[in-house]
Amino acid sequence: MSSAAAVAPDATLPVAPGVATGPRLSAGLRCALPVILFLLAGFVAPLVTVAAYAFATPKSFDVFRSFTLANFAAIVDPANTVWTSFAWSLVLASVTVVLLAIVAYPIAYGLDRVFGRWSGLVGTLFVFPLFVSENVRLYGWVLFFLKNGVLDGFLKWIGLSGGPEVLFTPGMTLFGMVYVYLPFMLFPITLGLAMVPRDLIDAARDLGADRLSIWRDIELPLAMPGILIGMLLTFVLAAGAVAEAKILGGQSIIPITQDIEIAFTYAQNWPLGSALAVILMVIVSGLALAVMGRLDLDRILGRR
Amino acid sequence: MEQSSRRANLFVGLWTGFVLVAIYLPIVCGALAGLAKGRYFNFPVRAWSGEWWSRTAASLEIHALVQNSVVIAAVVTVVAVVIAFFGALAFARFDWKGRRIYQKILLLPIFFPQPVLGLALLLWFNALGVTPSWQTAIVAHLVWIVPIVTLVIAIRVYGFDPVLEEAASDLGADRLFILRTVTLPILWPGIWSGALFAFLLSWGNFPLSLYTAGADSTIPKWLYSKMVAGYTPMVPALGTMSTLAAAVLLLGGGLVMHWRRRRAAAAA
Repeated sequence: MSSAAAVAPDATLPVAPGVATGPRLSAGLRCALPVILFLLAGFVAPLVTVAAYAFATPKSFDVFRSFTLANFAAIVDPANTVWTSFAWSLVLASVTVVLLAIVAYPIAYGLDRVFGRWSGLVGTLFVFPLFVSENVRLYGWVLFFLKNGVLDGFLKWIGLSGGPEVLFTPGMTLFGMVYVYLPFMLFPITLGLAMVPRDLIDAARDLGADRLSIWRDIELPLAMPGILIGMLLTFVLAAGAVAEAKILGGQSIIPITQDIEIAFTYAQNWPLGSALAVILMVIVSGLALAVMGRLDLDRILGRR
Repeated sequence: MEQSSRRANLFVGLWTGFVLVAIYLPIVCGALAGLAKGRYFNFPVRAWSGEWWSRTAASLEIHALVQNSVVIAAVVTVVAVVIAFFGALAFARFDWKGRRIYQKILLLPIFFPQPVLGLALLLWFNALGVTPSWQTAIVAHLVWIVPIVTLVIAIRVYGFDPVLEEAASDLGADRLFILRTVTLPILWPGIWSGALFAFLLSWGNFPLSLYTAGADSTIPKWLYSKMVAGYTPMVPALGTMSTLAAAVLLLGGGLVMHWRRRRAAAAA
């Protein structure tokens, strides 16, 4: 089992116990360091750049050299209709969250309590679509709802008058969001339900509690951290969603991310796009930090 | 009582089945469209043809896309797993001062709209004077994938008893040896699933590649450009191929995991 090389003293390793070099970092911080440095360079720095651009002269590339609030003034100008994009994104995201909670809860319950040894397989079937790019899956729905597509063609084939014309409507955009973000609601709720001690429910039942009060007074509050994570995750992702509106919605509505994208591409107005992105970022991260501040991740992810 | 709970379970099963059908329906529609003869899709399909599949497989443009996607996903997997392995130890194994805040900051990139993240990275690369290409797409994928892989491995780390490492250390083993013979074998299933997640998420990623790959294209990016303008049945054909490749990889990865676990169980 032990080779000579393996048991050789590790004097060359900087982490060897007892070899203090400079101020000693704790083992945890040393392990976290690569992730922290990478996220500083790859996540924090880009966001700072966006924030800096948001205060640059409109339609210029004078980042870090100018400071103006003109971009924000342009956004709140009543002549500008960009607020409708914000409203659409936030409304669609809120409705998506509510619908997904209703759709995902019974499935999460099944994964935790009902499916037993099949729950691994069922869970994998729900994970797999994450590995198929969303535009492929959304385009599949276009083929389904298209005129002479799968639904329309099938209904005509069995002698009916054909399918409804639902493509390229705001409702279809909503449908696409619910479809794409389902796993992000399902798995956090499943984690949450797994935190509910089974004997507590049995005890309540033995004491005569009915199903509704067990659900309302025990299951729901104890599973709430997972449900909250799921709601937060799906809200944030849906608020920044763009592919659904483009592919399924046929641009019948413009979500905020598309406005940001237009500012960066066709309009070549990076400062305006950045200002819009900053507002979205503030909403999203404010919400994320507020919710996550209340959660104990150790408990949710399994440390007892 | 017994009966009502059986009825609830039946409902849960039926609902799950219904949602699963809905989830896979568009993927099946894409497969049909890629195998139908003719340029425009009509249902019911009157004539089948493998023409679009063979054209897709023969296209040099698509070979380049596949190569880009594979290289990006492979590099992302290796780098993400190495960084995330240590990140997961910091997340779940060690108790240290900044851990709670580290846990929360780590999650932020996952809780961030990807198109906006992609655009932010584009601005940052531009400020650094870096021309976007498949290399910058690797960085972009990593920003999103490293935190996810860290979480996946961390869940395994929670179930890991640090006493094992301490025992090995008391017996005189050095850190590298402990890492190789104690820590890695125990965490192996988490690392393996983390690697699978990294590869497959990078393989299927569209929003980050769209903004950060510059002139280089990946499979999802090419599919999108053709959906918007210039549709051909090669789009659903390539989409289906890409989905099948992901399925085969996931299945293969799952089998390896299953086989290793059985072998470990037999050895114990």
